[in-house]
Amino acid sequence: MNIVVCVKHVPDAGADRRFEADHTVDRVDVDGLLSELDEYAVEQALRIKESRDGDDAVVIALTVGPEQAVDAVRKALQMGADKAVHVLDDAVAGSDAIATSLVLAKAVEKLGPVDLVVGGLASTDAGMSVLPSMLAERLGLPQLTGASSVEASGGALRIERDTDTATEVVSATLPLVLSVTDRSGEARYPSFKGIMAAKKKPLDTWSLADIGVEADQVGLSAAWSTVTETVARPPRTAGEIVTDEDGSGAAALAEFLTAEKFI
Amino acid sequence: MSEVLVLIDHVAGSVRKPTFELLTIAKRLGSPSAVFIGSPEHVEGVVEQVREYGADKLYPIDDAGLRDYLVAPKAEALQQLAAGRDVAAILLPSSAENKEIAGRLAVKLQSGLITDAVDVAADGTTTQSVFAGGYSVTARVTKGTPIITVKPNSAAPEASPGSGIIEHVDVTISEGAKTAVVEKREPRQSTGRPELTEAAIVVSGGRGTNGDFAEVERLADALGAAVGASRAAVDSGWIPYAFQVGQTGKTVSPRLYVANGISGAIQHRAGMQTSKTIVAVNKDAEAPIFAIADFGVVGDLDTVLPALTAEVARRKG
Repeated sequence: MNIVVCVKHVPDAGADRRFEADHTVDRVDVDGLLSELDEYAVEQALRIKESRDGDDAVVIALTVGPEQAVDAVRKALQMGADKAVHVLDDAVAGSDAIATSLVLAKAVEKLGPVDLVVGGLASTDAGMSVLPSMLAERLGLPQLTGASSVEASGGALRIERDTDTATEVVSATLPLVLSVTDRSGEARYPSFKGIMAAKKKPLDTWSLADIGVEADQVGLSAAWSTVTETVARPPRTAGEIVTDEDGSGAAALAEFLTAEKFI
Repeated sequence: MSEVLVLIDHVAGSVRKPTFELLTIAKRLGSPSAVFIGSPEHVEGVVEQVREYGADKLYPIDDAGLRDYLVAPKAEALQQLAAGRDVAAILLPSSAENKEIAGRLAVKLQSGLITDAVDVAADGTTTQSVFAGGYSVTARVTKGTPIITVKPNSAAPEASPGSGIIEHVDVTISEGAKTAVVEKREPRQSTGRPELTEAAIVVSGGRGTNGDFAEVERLADALGAAVGASRAAVDSGWIPYAFQVGQTGKTVSPRLYVANGISGAIQHRAGMQTSKTIVAVNKDAEAPIFAIADFGVVGDLDTVLPALTAEVARRKG
């Protein structure tokens, strides 16, 4: 069984995230890391592998991004993935989600046959949450998305997910695309042994030519949408803060809400 | 005039407010055509609701063959609807499911996609709020039919009746789209309060409630607000996940956000930072939430909240 887990290297949300002059996210000068929500995808990929006793399941971590992005798949290897692929090509810079899904789909096809493609709920930078469904569309596979719990049985998966209005149980047979939320199960920390072992695991770097994608299909100039402006908002500033020592806090707050016409 | 397709967000034929906001936005771009994927018995009621806000057309699509499958059939239906029509843009309310429909649709229609817009101008330029509200981004789709998902509260719905002509369309759903099967669907019980993502006022509770949401709920009811929660409160099992506000929960952008006993970690701020007005009550004067609050009370929830609820009720008469 081949399980591919797609992971993204993102600028640290705690750092000073910003844009470059061409309005793309600065991915080089800002400290980055494996997108936190993708850790849960790695975790579920590993759990599914571990649940298949006797089956020689392989978990392959896949990323696309600049040189630093290799850290994302390294972390996945440390957590327990068996091997990793980093699609690295200067032409990729500035790709939109559509082009990224093309690159990932082509990489998955090259890895094939693949039984399961796993992703996180959203990246912590762009946060579009569309890659899993785009991948499913490109690969012609069913999608089980937004899983808060995952149950593997034989050649099928069953998930539970919460929509805005309901809780659903959804199932599909492999191969399929799965995306999981942070509620699907606590992600494991790499052990010292895992960190040491990761250094010996295969990590391949592929160019666009390796996966049969033309340079003019990706990148900023091929994007199907264009960003015209990125403006830093003035940070919200603290307003009036009162200390409720004598029970006057509630009245002061009610006064504020009245002045602002909320009451 | 080109049509602008608006996917209707509804619960059993009851159209939700974000749809009216999208119809108002659609009028800037062309002639609004509402798309209703649902039961034929609700079509008459739905057309009344959407016409009021400017829908010139309603395309009803019977969901009998769609509703038991995840996302893919709806994307196919929209693709077939858009094909052969002069469509200026396709607008969908920004829910998790709709973003997934939009993702598949973008690939199918070879069209650019913008998610979570907070505004769309007449020329199709969108505004998004990114990096936990730290940046405002304007963008435009440059290929195909622009597909844009729009966040709730992005426009004030304007009543301005349209023609409301019902036009039936036939869609054929492929077997390949029926592979993710919904085995069970349990509708969430209504709380009787406004829906979290649509509410004008949200009253949230966090770790500082110590698990007792009663006072938070009382304040919410006094203000006519929805109830929200921080991840800490949800993880502690004090309140269901459906109420979680933040990066991995709901994103809200109400006129007023009242944070009670919530420290204000970046993951929470990512879900509420674009609220127009933020007020906070927390016993820890150092809580980061105070740095973004327009008004804050450093105090004990147990004393401040009941007094505030009483005061709100008194002032409202």
